[in-house]
Amino acid sequence: MELIVAMAIGVLAASGTWLVLRPRSFQVVIGLSLLSYAVNLFIFVTGSLSIGHEPVVKPWLTPNLENYTDPLPQALVLTAIVIGFATTALYLVLLLAARGLSGTDHVDGKDDEEPEQ
Amino acid sequence: MNWLDALMPHLVVAPILLPMFTAALLLFPGEQARTAKSVVNLLSCLLGLAIAIFLVYWVHRQNGVGAIGVYLPSNWQVPFGIVLAVDRLSALMLLMTSIIGLGSLMFSVAGWDRAGVHFHSLFQLQLMGLNGAFLTADLFNLFVFFEIMLTASYGLLLHGTGWPRVRSGLHYITMNLLASFLFLLGIALLYGVTGTLNMADMALKIPLIPAGDRGLLHAGAAVLAVAFLAKAAAWPLNFWLPPAYAAACPPVSALFAIMTKVGLYAILRLWTLLFPPTAVGSALFGSEVLVWGGLATLGFASIGVLASTHLQRLVGFSVLVSSGTLLAAFGFSHSALTGGALYYLMSSTLALAALFLVTDLIERSRQTEEAVPEENFDDEQFPFPIDLVPPEHTNLDEQEQALIGKAIPAAMAFLGMSFMLCALLVSGLPPMSGFIGKAVMLTAVLNPEGLAVTDAVPRSAAWVMLALVIVSGLMATVSFSRAGIRFFWAPHDRAAPRLRVIECLPIVAMLAVCVLLVARAEPVLRYTDLAARALHDPRDYIRSVMAAQTVKEGHKLPAAGTLEGKP
Repeated sequence: MELIVAMAIGVLAASGTWLVLRPRSFQVVIGLSLLSYAVNLFIFVTGSLSIGHEPVVKPWLTPNLENYTDPLPQALVLTAIVIGFATTALYLVLLLAARGLSGTDHVDGKDDEEPEQ
Repeated sequence: MNWLDALMPHLVVAPILLPMFTAALLLFPGEQARTAKSVVNLLSCLLGLAIAIFLVYWVHRQNGVGAIGVYLPSNWQVPFGIVLAVDRLSALMLLMTSIIGLGSLMFSVAGWDRAGVHFHSLFQLQLMGLNGAFLTADLFNLFVFFEIMLTASYGLLLHGTGWPRVRSGLHYITMNLLASFLFLLGIALLYGVTGTLNMADMALKIPLIPAGDRGLLHAGAAVLAVAFLAKAAAWPLNFWLPPAYAAACPPVSALFAIMTKVGLYAILRLWTLLFPPTAVGSALFGSEVLVWGGLATLGFASIGVLASTHLQRLVGFSVLVSSGTLLAAFGFSHSALTGGALYYLMSSTLALAALFLVTDLIERSRQTEEAVPEENFDDEQFPFPIDLVPPEHTNLDEQEQALIGKAIPAAMAFLGMSFMLCALLVSGLPPMSGFIGKAVMLTAVLNPEGLAVTDAVPRSAAWVMLALVIVSGLMATVSFSRAGIRFFWAPHDRAAPRLRVIECLPIVAMLAVCVLLVARAEPVLRYTDLAARALHDPRDYIRSVMAAQTVKEGHKLPAAGTLEGKP
């Protein structure tokens, strides 16, 4: 399972990085979303992967990480998701504004083919 | 001050709550109630300044190196809950934030706040993010406050819209989102290795980490540092900065002058706490990179300063000069040097904020060109009744006109004077405080043992720093003189700009604080030196944070900052 999760994070991060480096703003926003998924998964995994473990303390189990999942990364991921969503939404609005103002979806507002003045 | 002392542990949280409530309050009235909003915002900023002054006073009055007020916002036990801590460095940064915040708010009330909606709320949220980042003692909370600060800064950068702002905003947001992801990755790695997010607790855990996991720890710290360095605008992560700062409206750029310092603050705080020379196995991790990265930033920025012709870009590169110098100084990890660097931080941040405001007024004076009334030659009377030929030995300008008797308009004189003072401060020339900061830093870098005669040869980085600091000062002098000659000495046929008192007052106030820094250099340097010594010996900080007690019902709150059981 560790290998699959690690590969998933790696693929998400790699595709995200590649997309962020593309010249079109839509590709950049998709890249940023993919990167944020990768980062969120990564935070999630730092609490160590475990199956069938309780997040809530039960009286008949000794309260250590052998018997429970670490709840802190889950709390952190929640915050990170909210903040990531908000900023990506803001970026999306800005993207539309830039598209409207410049008439192109290039991140610099002008296509490469256009001759420089 | 006894009644204020009684408020003390709660005043630590006030710099966060005050802007938060003000921002919420300012959301309700519509855009018609502009005057009321400005007044409320100004009052809130004034109150914030008073709180910051009191915190500095309180922290400074505590004896010895360790003077820390700790506040547990949700009353959780220490390593698990959120902790806010104010020490000398935090209090100093809070004071800087509130001075610059008040100044740029006053400036913007004169007109810039009308360029878009919700300026006042965004402004207060930005202050909240800044204050929170300076106060928090918890890594994830630091991220949250960074995001609050950045989200508000996105809104403020776009304030007033227009294509240049949207384009540089696009780059600025992308860059900062990427840095935020790196920040999260770093936090996750550090949490995975140390099992804690509290910075003081983490510092205690660092020596216990097995050698096999040290690679992970260092990787996490390095990823985190890249995020901070991107915010602190270190080379080569700074390409977004000059266009973004040039595009933002000037009061916002002035506020942004302190935002690059947040990244530097985070680096200073974390690196002195987590990687002191006593941290076994990770002593001074990455300090070489900080030194050389800072020096590279300094070199790059000096060339940028020399090359830029656009005034706001020139100021943007000056921001880079200041952060490069500070980064290199922090990297040396020496308390005398850090003390000087903190003094330099105060003077350069204030000067840059004032300079952004002055730049706006200069730009406006250039735009009034078309407003000059047409001269009507028919009605014109002779200015000098008899001869138009000036007497001999008078000073002539290039149009062979006498220079005598031409009054400089008061507005231009004010702008010229403040521009000159800012230039002196930024380039670090005597008699202003920039020079004192640089002199203290260079003394410390060459002679780390103080006045004692030692045979220790300064490191090669020290010589490079000496050369770069002096050369960057020279380049700034050249560039600012060039700009000053172009704007103030070249003959213009335009009317003097109309300045309003509320616009000039913040500039005067910030420059006055810089003059005060010169006049009271000794106590200020003593304060920054104590702050630096506390940073480089973080045992008191760790002990105070870890010893903070939760409030139990029926128990009286223990006085914050008193260290019982101190050996």
